Amino acid sequence: MLRLENVSKAFGSLVVSNAVTLDVTPGQRHTIIGPNGAGKTTLINQIGGQLSPDRGKIFLHGREITRLSAPLRAQAGLARTFQKNTLFQALSVFENVRLGAQAAHGRTYDMFRSWRNDTRVLGLAEQAIEQMNLGRIAAQPVGKLSYGDLRQVEVAVALATSPTVLLLDEPTSGLSPSETARMIDVLHALPREISILMIEHDMEVVFSIADHITVLYYGEVIASGAPRAVADDPRVQEVYLGAPQ
Amino acid sequence: MTTATFFTKWPAARGFAFVAVLLPFVVLSPLALLSGYGLDVITEIMIFAIVAVSLNLILGYGGMVSFGHAAFFGLGAYATVLISTRYDVSPWLGLAGGVATATVAAVVIGAFCVRLGGVGFFMMSLAFAQLLNSGAIKWRPLTGGSDGVGGLLRPDLFGFDLADADVMYLFTAACLAGALLFMRMVIASPFGHVLVGTRESSLRMQAIGYQTRHIRLAAFALSGAIAGLSGGVYAFYNGFVSPDALSFGTSGMILLMVILGGKGSLLGPVLGAGLFLSVKNVVSTHTSHWLLIVGCIFVACVMVCPEGILGFAKKLSRSGERR
Amino acid sequence: MDLFLTQLLNGLVYGVLLFLVSAGLALIFGLLGIVNLAHGSFFMLGGFVALSVTAATGSFWLAMLLAPIPVMALAGLIEVAFLRRLYARSQLDQVLLTFGLSFILTDVTETIWGKGLSSLQEPRGLREGVEILGNVFPAYRLALLAFGFICAFAIWLVLERTRAGSMVRAGVDDARTAMGIGLNVPALRTATFAIGGGLAALAGVVAGPLLGVFSGIDVEVLIPAFIVVAIGGLGSLRGALIGSLVIGFADTLGKAYIPGVSMFLIYFAMIGILLVRPHGLFGQDPSGG
Repeated sequence: MLRLENVSKAFGSLVVSNAVTLDVTPGQRHTIIGPNGAGKTTLINQIGGQLSPDRGKIFLHGREITRLSAPLRAQAGLARTFQKNTLFQALSVFENVRLGAQAAHGRTYDMFRSWRNDTRVLGLAEQAIEQMNLGRIAAQPVGKLSYGDLRQVEVAVALATSPTVLLLDEPTSGLSPSETARMIDVLHALPREISILMIEHDMEVVFSIADHITVLYYGEVIASGAPRAVADDPRVQEVYLGAPQ
Repeated sequence: MTTATFFTKWPAARGFAFVAVLLPFVVLSPLALLSGYGLDVITEIMIFAIVAVSLNLILGYGGMVSFGHAAFFGLGAYATVLISTRYDVSPWLGLAGGVATATVAAVVIGAFCVRLGGVGFFMMSLAFAQLLNSGAIKWRPLTGGSDGVGGLLRPDLFGFDLADADVMYLFTAACLAGALLFMRMVIASPFGHVLVGTRESSLRMQAIGYQTRHIRLAAFALSGAIAGLSGGVYAFYNGFVSPDALSFGTSGMILLMVILGGKGSLLGPVLGAGLFLSVKNVVSTHTSHWLLIVGCIFVACVMVCPEGILGFAKKLSRSGERR
Repeated sequence: MDLFLTQLLNGLVYGVLLFLVSAGLALIFGLLGIVNLAHGSFFMLGGFVALSVTAATGSFWLAMLLAPIPVMALAGLIEVAFLRRLYARSQLDQVLLTFGLSFILTDVTETIWGKGLSSLQEPRGLREGVEILGNVFPAYRLALLAFGFICAFAIWLVLERTRAGSMVRAGVDDARTAMGIGLNVPALRTATFAIGGGLAALAGVVAGPLLGVFSGIDVEVLIPAFIVVAIGGLGSLRGALIGSLVIGFADTLGKAYIPGVSMFLIYFAMIGILLVRPHGLFGQDPSGG
């Protein structure tokens, strides 16, 4: 589905990605973990197209997307969430999600009809809202939401674009235990047609969702495999015990 | 269901009924009440309302701060006058040429501007408008230099002569109404929503698959076309155009009209144009300190009601409801 | 050859004048984040106040010394009364405010002094020509050139070698952090706006004998100063210096040798540079990327 080959990136002398190779297979729940400063978000930004790698290649469905712009990657089926809030502040939750659905299934340059007439887009938006249990706040402006709700809206907007690969940048960071549990449920309920690549800090979340874990340490992949195998890996233990979170 | 409950249930219907009842009065009463000068003033207000509406599309909905919108207004006016007088064709063809020229210019200039955000966009739009202003001053054989170029005679429309102030007024009102209806449609369309999305968060728009530059450019071109129409009608109205139409000052005035009335609302710019030009007409007959008054309007607008009069009114009515 | 040297000197002199205006503009943008559309008005006011001072005292030198002072006070007042409340608001509001202020200042100037179009007299002793290598140069322009470079050096010295200067630089880099480490950013902003306005006024005085003093010169100076700042980079003093010299030469030599297109030359320069480097030659990407 999604494949990275030797992706490298440096800011000046600081190497943030060092020949990262990884593979997200269809339906996989692939989680990237690593201590702070491991270059996880920078990697997601390179996959999403917000940054471009210095070297290496990125493939989506077998097609190289390394030089493709972010919107074209999104159109090819890649969706992502952000850690920092970049949602449409003045718009309601529903409108945020609807813009996501319209991106994939609507007519961007249609100026002559009301957006209310596009029932397909409306349906998809409603579906994403339901998937994330956001019905109760659908009409509220995003600028007034709590942090926990914002994390859910993030995922809903991404889902509304009908992605085949979903990149999640710490979906549970800053959530309360009950919100985290809800997020885990929601992620479990997502259909297996969607492959997920996720950055996560919370080990409980990681082990309840992931079927594959990649450990990033100072921009380098030091271990990759099934959760049990990675947990038992001596280098991983060294990194985590030596530099506890 | 009584009429009253029908209207409380459907605020949109209430608005529509309101407009349907009032509109004929609004449009026709100046014809009955005013003559000559008064009618001319209202015609001019409506011409500037059109260009303000066009700027509002990119400023209010698209978040693009253009300090060069006079470029498209002026180009529309120049092209209308020049095509009509130099090639001896119908001024209607001139008007069409004016709109086309402004649109093409907006596509070209927009292609440069939309690459930049914030201050860059502002500077770039200003630079292009100044470039055109310099061009109009310098290229004397074509544009008549700082004296401008004139000689346009208002044409007939279905047998009615636009040289008649009443006919010109009605024609301009029709253009403004057309522009407003078009804007209303665009704002409520999928494209209108996408445009607001680029204003709110370009990064997110790109991440969900929108090519924000193209969207901004489309809006910029549309806005330029409507500004060109307004310039063309202005050429009909004045029969004459000078580099002033392309100037720094004119761009600022159009910007003020939008802000004064309330950006990001359909009728705000119309209100702003009306208020600004009314004050101008009243003040300049009484005092020579017009610049001082304009300056104070700018300052007061920014300091007291940055959301414009419509925004201010909305805030007032909201706090009124809370009480 | 003779003519070319003269044009070169004129280009340098124009560049130096532009620098005095655009240095303030660049620093004000850097520290206050404000695109100051009233900056040309400070230039114009400087010239008019100098007219009054020379009329009263007969001394150009005294005018140079005194004229920037009321303009500085006015600029400081504007910052405290208006701009201070706008830092949290959008760039659009700041632009509109300073644009409105420029209208008010024009009207006030015209009310006090009339429309002008008088020119300041060069100081006695600098009215003759000076012969260098067989060419005769106007003494005032040479003096102006020297003065301009002294000013540029002085500004650089203050910014790089004094405590106040390093505070300004810290504020330009990151106002929030600067405030966090205890710098009095509000006072720095007032001072920067006042000094920026004073520099523009000083430029207005020394430009008086060359460009004249009249209402309308504010816009004539503001636009090229903007172009300089756009080319050099918003917030960059080095950019303002290099941009000033580039525009000074391009404009002067263009007018002399390719008069048909000279007017467009500086705009093309600006558009071209903005395309390749959206934040100017020495500007920093405000998003930090």
